[in-house]
Amino acid sequence: MSIVTYRDALNQALREEIQRDDRVFLMGEEVGEYNGAYKVSRGLLDQFGPMRVVDTPIAELGFAGIGVGAAMVGLRPIIEFMTWNFALLALDQVVNSAAKMLYMSNGQFPMPMVFRGPNGAALQLSAQHSQAWESWLAHIPGLKVVTPATPYDAKGLLKSAIRDENPVVFLEGEMLYNTKGDVPEGEEILIPLGKAERKREGEHCSIIAHGKTVLIAIQVADALAKEGISIDVIDLRTVRPMDVEAIAESVKKTNRAVVVEEGWELCGVGAQVVDYIQRECFDFLDAPVLRVHQADVPMPYAKNLERAAKPDAQKLTAAVRKVLYLE
Amino acid sequence: MAKKPTKSPGSKSDAELNRAFLRSMLLQRRFEERSAEAYALGKIGGFCHLYIGQEAISTGALSVLRPDDYVVTAYRDHGQALARGMTPRAVMAELFGRRDGCSGGKGGSMHLFDAKLNFLGGHGIVGSHIPLATGVAFAIKYRGGDQVCLCFFGEAAVNIGAFHEALNMAGLWKVPAVFIIENNRYGMGTAVSRAMANEDVNARAATYNIPAESVDAQDVFAVRDAVTRAVDLARAEKTPTLLEMRTYRFMGHSMSDAVSGTYRTKAELEQEMRRDPIILLHNHMTEAGEIDDAAYAKLDEEIKAEVQDAWDFADASPEPELEELYAHVVVD
Ligand SMILES: Cc1ncc(C[n+]2csc(CCOP(=O)(O)OP(=O)(O)O)c2C)c(N)n1
Repeated sequence: MSIVTYRDALNQALREEIQRDDRVFLMGEEVGEYNGAYKVSRGLLDQFGPMRVVDTPIAELGFAGIGVGAAMVGLRPIIEFMTWNFALLALDQVVNSAAKMLYMSNGQFPMPMVFRGPNGAALQLSAQHSQAWESWLAHIPGLKVVTPATPYDAKGLLKSAIRDENPVVFLEGEMLYNTKGDVPEGEEILIPLGKAERKREGEHCSIIAHGKTVLIAIQVADALAKEGISIDVIDLRTVRPMDVEAIAESVKKTNRAVVVEEGWELCGVGAQVVDYIQRECFDFLDAPVLRVHQADVPMPYAKNLERAAKPDAQKLTAAVRKVLYLE
Repeated sequence: MAKKPTKSPGSKSDAELNRAFLRSMLLQRRFEERSAEAYALGKIGGFCHLYIGQEAISTGALSVLRPDDYVVTAYRDHGQALARGMTPRAVMAELFGRRDGCSGGKGGSMHLFDAKLNFLGGHGIVGSHIPLATGVAFAIKYRGGDQVCLCFFGEAAVNIGAFHEALNMAGLWKVPAVFIIENNRYGMGTAVSRAMANEDVNARAATYNIPAESVDAQDVFAVRDAVTRAVDLARAEKTPTLLEMRTYRFMGHSMSDAVSGTYRTKAELEQEMRRDPIILLHNHMTEAGEIDDAAYAKLDEEIKAEVQDAWDFADASPEPELEELYAHVVVD
């Protein structure tokens, strides 16, 4: 067993891939001399030097576009956003350049690049700094959207993302960096993009989660197991492409489902999952599918309001009980 | 230093003005020292960016404004809020996330707002508020007013596209905005020399055809003088100005950043702290015979009591009601 943090697992993935392929480089604010605002890139500048680990000014639109240009002529950029909240400034490049380049060039210009950084609510950071962006990004054809929940997944998915020929949006959980898990040493970990994973096996209800909410789902499943309620926890791992088969397989077994996510309700990832379920599993359902998500408001600063706004174990448990008609 | 303060017509005597400056700066300093303490105790959460070392800018600049002028600023906003006249109570309660805070506890440290004082925030995304200032100034001109809009931001914000777009339009349309770069030499851990092809931030003003000045911003009089010139120009001729305030932040970037991190040396910090704007003004007033040790001590005690009162008030203020979660998402 080799227990490492989510942060260090990502660091390993970056290190191994920058080492393996000299076309791969990391670029972003404070990634080099400062060792990363969240320390994900710790030590990489020392090891690889300033052409491979590139500090930029605060200029998200510019350096995202610089990444696109470099990818057009054969490099494999990893663009770090200090957080995805600041990446909104760069979305034009992500959406209008990276996502569409292959299509509008009729296949002539692939975009083998990764846009990555912390995503989702943190603690008391208020409206402009606490947001989950996966549903926005998953909306865009041409992008892949990855949301690792564990250190093992973080490493395996990031390595696959870097090797993918497409622009990959890689959303790290800002609150997950210090979480720990087993990441076997000396093993090449590559997790295919587009495949979900069952994180808990159960038969009474499915919880479909991704990113940080996977941890909440596991917590809820463990707690309910003590009451004899067994939960199938499906971690989407990748939001786009979405593993419809895994969702359907689980729901056909349990006949009930709750979808949990950090983002807002309207047009959320959960809305898409529910759509799949009603199409694929309509005849198997024993209860309406419920959703747990952030309150439909910008994130407030005050502690009590923030707590009320976020999805949590209590809200998820209540939803599960409801679909089981226990409440 | 020891320059004569600029007096607006009919304003206070030099000595009165100096005392007001000293009070304003000292209030900001003591307020933030206590904020750091409250942060350590977990009473303040999230990001909290202290302004310690830069107080001469808020104090000098805002002393020039009329109540009907406007102020827009970034996330390092405690100093401007207090200097604009927000009460320490309202600001501290906001930092504590309480109902009586200036944003009802919903904004926190980075999002201080007060419509009555024409204080338009408190913005968290670097550079995002610079176009807002051009917009406010546009509205002033549109309505035929003679107010101005002061916009504060760090030097790293000039590398953001929004700065260029906003200043170009301000210069093109000649709107009454004063853009104040608080050049504390570091954007988080990145020194200016590592982020700008041309370190002379004012050189950019020529591109937009607007006047610019660089100011020793540890000198509150120099700040006031420069801002007076810029504000006069904006009022009378609707000409924007870019002002580079040369300053230094004595604390880390935010509460999660060490005071002297890997990106700057302790020696540099100590060197800069010798030019503490409060000490410079205090020395000047002592030399001019405007204050003695006893008077200074008394002033400081008063201010400390005021900050203690703000703390007590914030602590006693209730959390926002849960219904507040859904209030003000849209106008009903
Ligand atoms: C667009 C954007 N990118 C990154 C950040 C993270 N960030 C917050 S403050 C800061 C440094 C800004 O420095 P400067 O503008 O000089 O202001 P100072 O903090 O020195 O007052 C950074 C990188 C952000 N808030 N917004």
